[in-house]
Amino acid sequence: MQHPPSPLRKPLITGKKKMKNVTHDICKHVLQYPHLLWWVALGFALILLLIGGVALLITLWEGIGMWGLNKTIGWAWDITNFVWWVGIGHAGTLISAVLLLFRQKWRMSINRAAEAMTIFAVMCAAIFPLFHMGRVWLGAYWVFPLPNLFGSLWVNFNSPLLWDVFAISTYFTVSLVFWYLGLIPDFATIRDKATKTWVKYIYGVLSFGWDGAARTWARYESVSLILAGLATPLVLSVHTIVSFDFATSVIPGWHTTIFPPYFVAGAIFSGFAMVLTLLIITRKLFKLTHYITLQHIEMMNIIIIVTGSIVGIAYLTELFMAWYSGVEAEQYAFFNRATGPYWWAYWLMMTCNVVSPQLFWFKKIRKSLMATFILSIVVNIGMWFERFVIIVTSLHRDYLPSSWAMFSPTKYDVGVYIFTFGLFFTLFLLFVKFFPVINMAEVKSILKTDSDVHPTQRN
Amino acid sequence: MYTQRSETKTVQHYLLGIFRDESDALRVVKRLRKNHIMIHEVYSPYPIHGLDQLLGYKKSRLPMAAFFFGLLGFFLALVMQYYMLGIDWPMNIGGKDFTPLPTFIPVTFELTVLFAALGMVGIFFLISHLYPFKKPLLFDEGITDDKIVVVINLYENKQPKILLTKMLTSFYDRT
Repeated sequence: MQHPPSPLRKPLITGKKKMKNVTHDICKHVLQYPHLLWWVALGFALILLLIGGVALLITLWEGIGMWGLNKTIGWAWDITNFVWWVGIGHAGTLISAVLLLFRQKWRMSINRAAEAMTIFAVMCAAIFPLFHMGRVWLGAYWVFPLPNLFGSLWVNFNSPLLWDVFAISTYFTVSLVFWYLGLIPDFATIRDKATKTWVKYIYGVLSFGWDGAARTWARYESVSLILAGLATPLVLSVHTIVSFDFATSVIPGWHTTIFPPYFVAGAIFSGFAMVLTLLIITRKLFKLTHYITLQHIEMMNIIIIVTGSIVGIAYLTELFMAWYSGVEAEQYAFFNRATGPYWWAYWLMMTCNVVSPQLFWFKKIRKSLMATFILSIVVNIGMWFERFVIIVTSLHRDYLPSSWAMFSPTKYDVGVYIFTFGLFFTLFLLFVKFFPVINMAEVKSILKTDSDVHPTQRN
Repeated sequence: MYTQRSETKTVQHYLLGIFRDESDALRVVKRLRKNHIMIHEVYSPYPIHGLDQLLGYKKSRLPMAAFFFGLLGFFLALVMQYYMLGIDWPMNIGGKDFTPLPTFIPVTFELTVLFAALGMVGIFFLISHLYPFKKPLLFDEGITDDKIVVVINLYENKQPKILLTKMLTSFYDRT
């Protein structure tokens, strides 16, 4: 299935690491007492979680009337945040599934963290649709096809909102299974490295009694490949279905056929940006510079140029189609986006998503950690505004001028958003401490042995 | 010239050949198979490609399991949607068809993938005997770290131990 690394290729893992070093470098963070900075970061994340938690509780207690929605703009921050988080949750499974099918070995040192990020981002996304239903605890009755209290009235399978429930819960489950499957051999490594009995016990339970037998590895490889094959269309389906929430409506600016590919490209774009933001910090804090090298960062930046350019083309196509369709309402919707009261959001989106990734054409910027870090945040600000522009500016000018309105978020809108940040960072910080951040087993398979090193790397 | 690049160890009636390089282990496995020596199992910290063919393991039928579970999910999803919206409680939505196939496709697709993935992984855990609280049978602590261990059951092979040890440890190097 795999081919031995060509001696002409530069090694993906630098620092002439041997298998023993890999085990040591990654396990040490799990087994040691955490760094002071980790505690500081966790404290910060917990404060966000607390502040946001208060806003979420008040929303739950008083109802979603606490949010800034009005009759005209019935969808605003909640769905903007939902789509933004789901979009971010696309990079992990794309890296581990699509790049596995394409045999991109550089994925191996970033897939673990990216998949974790995916799972946490989808959890954050789920907060919004769950809480907008009001009584969260009844959510299961309303979204899943379960017999409910009013006889046998079922959910409506014609609605894209319901498709979304299925798409996101399937995506979450399959991503979680894929992630856990990859973690099993690494949990076994930690189990065998741990010295404390209870640590050994916990990781022993988590590792499912893994022993590294060739027969199990052969099956494991076949399961990984099939899971990657299944997860690939799944990744593409999730944001396609999210885009159906809009595209199947008759609102000008939403009613377009370009939405599925445009949303998928945007999701991968923002997902990679978030992976970069997190990994640039993680590699520094956990001293993983030999594992997540500048080469990895450059590769991700190239994906950002590609997907960012697809998003740019989609924006221009939308404008062209609005003009070419001859539909007045459609034309107005786009004219209003660029020149109406929300012009600043539109141009912020254009600058962040279309112009800023083009800077990565310069090798110097592509290889600069600082520039990449800043641009990765800029991209995610842009992607948040993209959803805001699509949702709010399309709704705020209704067919009836008498119902035209503006949207302003309340502190509860902002608070719930802060809550998801708190949740995301808390979970990610717990992950980097208690889980192996890098897939040790896979990285060991791409280490070069003495006989096949690149000519420039030889002693 | 002959060099020693591996070591051996005996655990009960098992003879272990311990390697640090994948190519050495592969060469030894090839040699053992050629001499019709039964290999109990090979343990490694990462998947070694081509090892399963060398050991004569049959190709896994797990992809087939995935296919059939997927098929099950596909039919269950369609039956569920047709039953709920077509038979049990037809809903009139703007006078449209009660059971339009195109709008059933997304949910059908998702459930196909869900069943295929969960079913296949479930079967994988089942046939590989992987479950929480299982005590692993480790011949060497280094298997999950940096050692590739070839295990030979001495009861299964007639050859003397000294010969097997030699087969596990000697390498011919041209350099």
